Amino acid sequence: MKQRLAAQPGEWIDRTQELEFRFEGETYKGYAGDVIASALWANGVQMTGRSFKYHRPRGIYSLAGHDANAMFSDGTHTHLRGDSLPLVAGMDLRAVNTFGGLKGDKLNWVELFSRFMPVGFYYKVFHRPAWLFPFHEKQIRKIAGLGEINPALPSTTSPKDYAWCDVLVVGGGAAGLEAALAAGRTGARVLLIEQQARLGGSLAWQHGRDEEAQRAYGTLVEAVLALEAVEVRCATMVGGHYADHWVALFDADRMSKVRAGAVVYAPGAIEQPAVFGHNDLPGVMLGSAAQRLVRLYATKPCERMVLLAANSQAYGVALDMLEAGVEVAAIADLRPDGEPSVLGEEVAAAGVPIHCGHAVYEAVAKGDKSGLRGAVVAPLRDDGEIESSRGQLIACDGIAVSVGWMPNAALLSQAGVKFAYEQTLQQLAPVSKPDGIFVAGRARGTYDLDAQRIDGRDQGAAAAYYTGREDKQISPRVESCKTAHSHPYPIFAHSGKKNFVDFDEDLHLTDFVNAHQEGYDSVELLKRYSTVGMGPSQGKLANMNAMRILAKLNGDTIDETGSTTSRPFYQPVPLGHLAGRRFHPMRQTPMHAWHAAHDAEFYHAGDWYRPEYYRRANTHRDECIFQEAQQVRTGLGVIDVGTLGKLLINGPDAVELLERLYTGRFKKRAVGRYRYAVALDESGVVIEDGVIARLAEDRFYVTATSSGVGAFYREMLRWAAIWGLDVTLSNATGQLAALNLAGPHSREALTALTDIDLSPEAFPYLGVREGEVAGVRALVMRVGFVGELGYEVHVPAWQGAHVWQSIFAAGEPWGVRAFGVEAQRLLRLEKGHLIVGHDTDALTHPYEAGLAGAIGKNKPFFVGQRSLQIYRKRETKRVLVGVRWPDGFKGGLPEECHLIIKDGRMVGRITSIAPVSTLGYALGMAFVEPDMAEPGTRIEVRLDDGAMSVAEVAALPFYDRDDERQGL
Amino acid sequence: MPFRLLKFGLEKEYSEPRMFRSPAELRDSYDVVIIGGGAHGLAAAHYLAAEHGIHDVAVLEQRYIGHGGTGRNTAIIRSNYLTEEGARFYQFSVDLYRDLARSLDFNLFYSERGHFTLAHTPASLRTQRWRAEVNKHLGIDSEVVGPEFIKKKIPEIDLNCGGHQPPIVGALFHPPGAIARHDAVAWAYARGADQGGAEIHQRTTVSDIEVVDGRVAGVHTDRGFIKTRKVISAVAGWTTSIQRMVGLRTPLVVHPLQAMVTEPFKPWLDAIVVSASLHTYVSQSSRGELVTGASLDPYELISMRSTLDFAEGLAGHMLDLFPFLGDVKVLRQWAGLCDMTPDFSPIMGTTPIEGFYIDAGWGTWGFKASPVCGYTMAHTVATGEDHPLIRAFNVSRFGAFDLVGEKGAASVGH
Repeated sequence: MKQRLAAQPGEWIDRTQELEFRFEGETYKGYAGDVIASALWANGVQMTGRSFKYHRPRGIYSLAGHDANAMFSDGTHTHLRGDSLPLVAGMDLRAVNTFGGLKGDKLNWVELFSRFMPVGFYYKVFHRPAWLFPFHEKQIRKIAGLGEINPALPSTTSPKDYAWCDVLVVGGGAAGLEAALAAGRTGARVLLIEQQARLGGSLAWQHGRDEEAQRAYGTLVEAVLALEAVEVRCATMVGGHYADHWVALFDADRMSKVRAGAVVYAPGAIEQPAVFGHNDLPGVMLGSAAQRLVRLYATKPCERMVLLAANSQAYGVALDMLEAGVEVAAIADLRPDGEPSVLGEEVAAAGVPIHCGHAVYEAVAKGDKSGLRGAVVAPLRDDGEIESSRGQLIACDGIAVSVGWMPNAALLSQAGVKFAYEQTLQQLAPVSKPDGIFVAGRARGTYDLDAQRIDGRDQGAAAAYYTGREDKQISPRVESCKTAHSHPYPIFAHSGKKNFVDFDEDLHLTDFVNAHQEGYDSVELLKRYSTVGMGPSQGKLANMNAMRILAKLNGDTIDETGSTTSRPFYQPVPLGHLAGRRFHPMRQTPMHAWHAAHDAEFYHAGDWYRPEYYRRANTHRDECIFQEAQQVRTGLGVIDVGTLGKLLINGPDAVELLERLYTGRFKKRAVGRYRYAVALDESGVVIEDGVIARLAEDRFYVTATSSGVGAFYREMLRWAAIWGLDVTLSNATGQLAALNLAGPHSREALTALTDIDLSPEAFPYLGVREGEVAGVRALVMRVGFVGELGYEVHVPAWQGAHVWQSIFAAGEPWGVRAFGVEAQRLLRLEKGHLIVGHDTDALTHPYEAGLAGAIGKNKPFFVGQRSLQIYRKRETKRVLVGVRWPDGFKGGLPEECHLIIKDGRMVGRITSIAPVSTLGYALGMAFVEPDMAEPGTRIEVRLDDGAMSVAEVAALPFYDRDDERQGL
Repeated sequence: MPFRLLKFGLEKEYSEPRMFRSPAELRDSYDVVIIGGGAHGLAAAHYLAAEHGIHDVAVLEQRYIGHGGTGRNTAIIRSNYLTEEGARFYQFSVDLYRDLARSLDFNLFYSERGHFTLAHTPASLRTQRWRAEVNKHLGIDSEVVGPEFIKKKIPEIDLNCGGHQPPIVGALFHPPGAIARHDAVAWAYARGADQGGAEIHQRTTVSDIEVVDGRVAGVHTDRGFIKTRKVISAVAGWTTSIQRMVGLRTPLVVHPLQAMVTEPFKPWLDAIVVSASLHTYVSQSSRGELVTGASLDPYELISMRSTLDFAEGLAGHMLDLFPFLGDVKVLRQWAGLCDMTPDFSPIMGTTPIEGFYIDAGWGTWGFKASPVCGYTMAHTVATGEDHPLIRAFNVSRFGAFDLVGEKGAASVGH
């Protein structure tokens, strides 16, 4: 660790824990508390990655989580951010996106051809001839993209949690600490979030020589940690700020979702690069990065440094460097008059040559480009242009850049804070903010430490007042700074060397000039064409300079130029954290265990598990289904229909609600009777069916389809509220179990179990009764869906299994057998009953589906009625009919949704099919054109292989046309 | 090396001209005013000049070209629709797209990847078969495939969805399904329109449309009044405010639709994968990002804000399909506006207001239709008659209930 300094006060590394790791095949040592990039730098490794497009050597630039060129893969995981991820012993890392290793990257020739690849060149080539583009695209795809996905990685689950607070404080620097303290002391519950491993923000690295500041730092942290009302989370990032202060936090293990009463943003500012020739070489870094290296990681940035300055912080950097034993070879200060404060004098007194009104024109690389050998410093003319001919080469192995800041605005923008360009600051500053959002510290242009602290205190107290935890209203006292800490245009053309604006996307100044020349002259178009700001750091080091460049090219102000919209996430977040544990709860009916014990083959019916059929040894699926159906026809079967929607509609207006929601008439329906009911949407499309049973004048029991009940119940609630009806709705789907006992012997089987009079006279078809079944309070309906005498029994869910088993015991003499959904589908098909959503589609209206009988005449209103009136006047374009194949048909049969073809036209489709039925022939339902609806009409269905299957239209129902069986 | 690249390298001064002019003045009259500088409006301007010799055209864009749906969609192009009208219409669009880079001389990164619509239930498979059969009948390359085929083409997919979802039982496979660089489509059409004489006015907001005796007389903008007898409204998610200006009623409702994109990776996913049951679609762009989206936000709203629950839900479903992506990071999420029709087909062509032509109802399916929309709208404006391909989409169908039901072909449930 040749660059490691002696122990620094407050350093974050733990020298007692030495960690060994590998990078590009070499073994190195670092300390616990290092980030990967600091450990590499401590070992003298300056080249951490290759650039995206030209594969130029790159190194640390911000050391603050914005370095796209310090991204690594460990063979299992990729896109590991070297400038923010803690070093772990045993890591074996490689830089992403190299071809043959970092040092010998085979794509380093690309830069030689950069002249041939101006901005957006790929839009102008490769598309002619068209047949060659797939080849080109393949190459482009290989070169683009950074790391490699590892498809062998196992599925991971991470927990999610929820948190709430009165005041959320984002940023644990001086302003954030003060804000948390001030809010916490009012009794407000405070959550303080810091992205770095430790609290302190710039106190930890920028004010190292200021003893008073260091004392205050210690006191502040201590006070915050001691305050019970404040919860502190370090190494945690705020990923996004959503509506109503809904904030997503991310740490290494999980996402937390916070609903905050108010949010104080104290996220600081991000130091911005200067644009000069070869400003991307390893060894060029932000002044703040150099300070972080020294103060946090006790690592020497270089031996001899040239500093490009435009604010007083730069002079702090110089003094820090001197203290760390770095020789400061020169300061090139962009300002004609240099640094007016006492810091300037201090630096000059230390013997550092200060060149006012100068800029770095070019960084000069070592032979292998892995680092620097010097900087060309040249004077600036009054118009800001650089006089490169008067440049002098100053030997150095490091260049630090301290020319300006940009508020860390991404989250603030998401929260609704608006920014405008402040001339005194020469940077963006917040000008308006939504209720409940407070901004403190450097993010609003406050650079003086004492002012930041006062501001934090005021904003924290104001936030507490906003949440009602503090009675005294606070008006923040601190105004933003009166001197500029950012240079208005730290961007210098270079005649030969590339000068980078976006390090992620490898964009240099010429790219902007060229894109602008082509008409991409608004900030959004420029972004989309050049891809500026679209890389891994989302433009945190590029967007500000891009705006300055574009404003200059357009001759506009920065405000006229505008900025792009900031969107989540602040920094990229793992899909796994967003997904969490991926709970997908499935519902089981009370009889589920019985089904499982009796070899049910389950399938997913929406959220429910339902038995498709019950397996039998040595019996094929189709045969099992057929046997189950046959048993219903000839003896007795039971099906679990617990997944049916079950709704209780009570109240004086209950009948009114049903009259309006369903097509049928229910006003005169007698108590103790039910009827089939169809509901439409406003365009007249069938969306639901079920039965409506009248239990009392003002009490109805309504069934709905298993898959549709959730949505339809919501629709009911919505309409009931809109119409202001006096009605109580409840969805009892899960509270009730239900079974359907069907078959010629069902009355006999049920008689022994119930006190309800089951005689046909007392309890006819379409009747509903309340009574006891197997000692349990039950609601019983006489139904006929499958075409046989049948009773649907609804009981409380917890007693469902008991009733089910009792019925099985009672049905023993008739060979009772459970049947699954497949057998039920076959039986209903034979009986000519459609299934909504299966035999109907998103446009089916009742007249097409043979449901005209379910439409009440002379009703004043129901949902969809107006649309139906239009349909009635029009020619119907298709109708739902039965289709059948001859007895003993051996040819190919269609599958559902195969098309019916006539004269080469599509004239219909099969909606349901049963290749085998209890009637001895294959049958189904189909939509056909009305002139084909006559029973006996020959139809041709096209199969997968193109062959035609010939069938004929048949009258519905196929089975028991006179309804004798269900009316027994 | 393509000659064009050589030219870039050898020339002294960068010689690329402006893609399109930026006229300083808005004139006080044009033959045709197109509201909306997205791919649809710009394509219409291009085809008006290229196919019909109508050059006196202004395209008015309130922000910058491609700001709306054009720059916010997930760039999927396909024609495997459910109705005859829909399938023919979108197939024409695909045909135009395939030749578009050549004809506009701009590389749109049109990349045929193969499009899978996964089915997790028998019900979903039925719908896919219906689409496949209609497509095959119309000569569109579509077929229902089984799980083995899916696994062969997309080896990384987890057919069992980790037990979190019903297993994948099949898919509608549409080999010509493609992705393209969406912004580039707008730029290329902008250049075509500009070369054809159209003026593109960005940052120009329409405040009202003058209608006299049932016919269009002009357009009020924040830069002054324009006299014109023909207006095309091609503003998708903003249609509801434009239709109010001319007193046109449509059944449009606007919902937000969100999407997100991951960091860029080396290529691993060639196909475009859609799961209707999981409300998820994903493809890998030429840049290497996974571009992914879900169903509409469930409420009507004219806002382009992002929500966290969208990102959470979509991430979960992505991992159901590709469980190894847990560490892959999401770079950005965003939202666009979808003007939804009841039948999931667009509203196009002539309207009861003479001279007012509508191109709307683009819901979640607008990008893929950009070329055919420009082409048919230009024809409609030039001839005064709806182009045969869009006759079924006229706004009058709602009064007459001649709906063109494409809900079953929407990429994900709504």
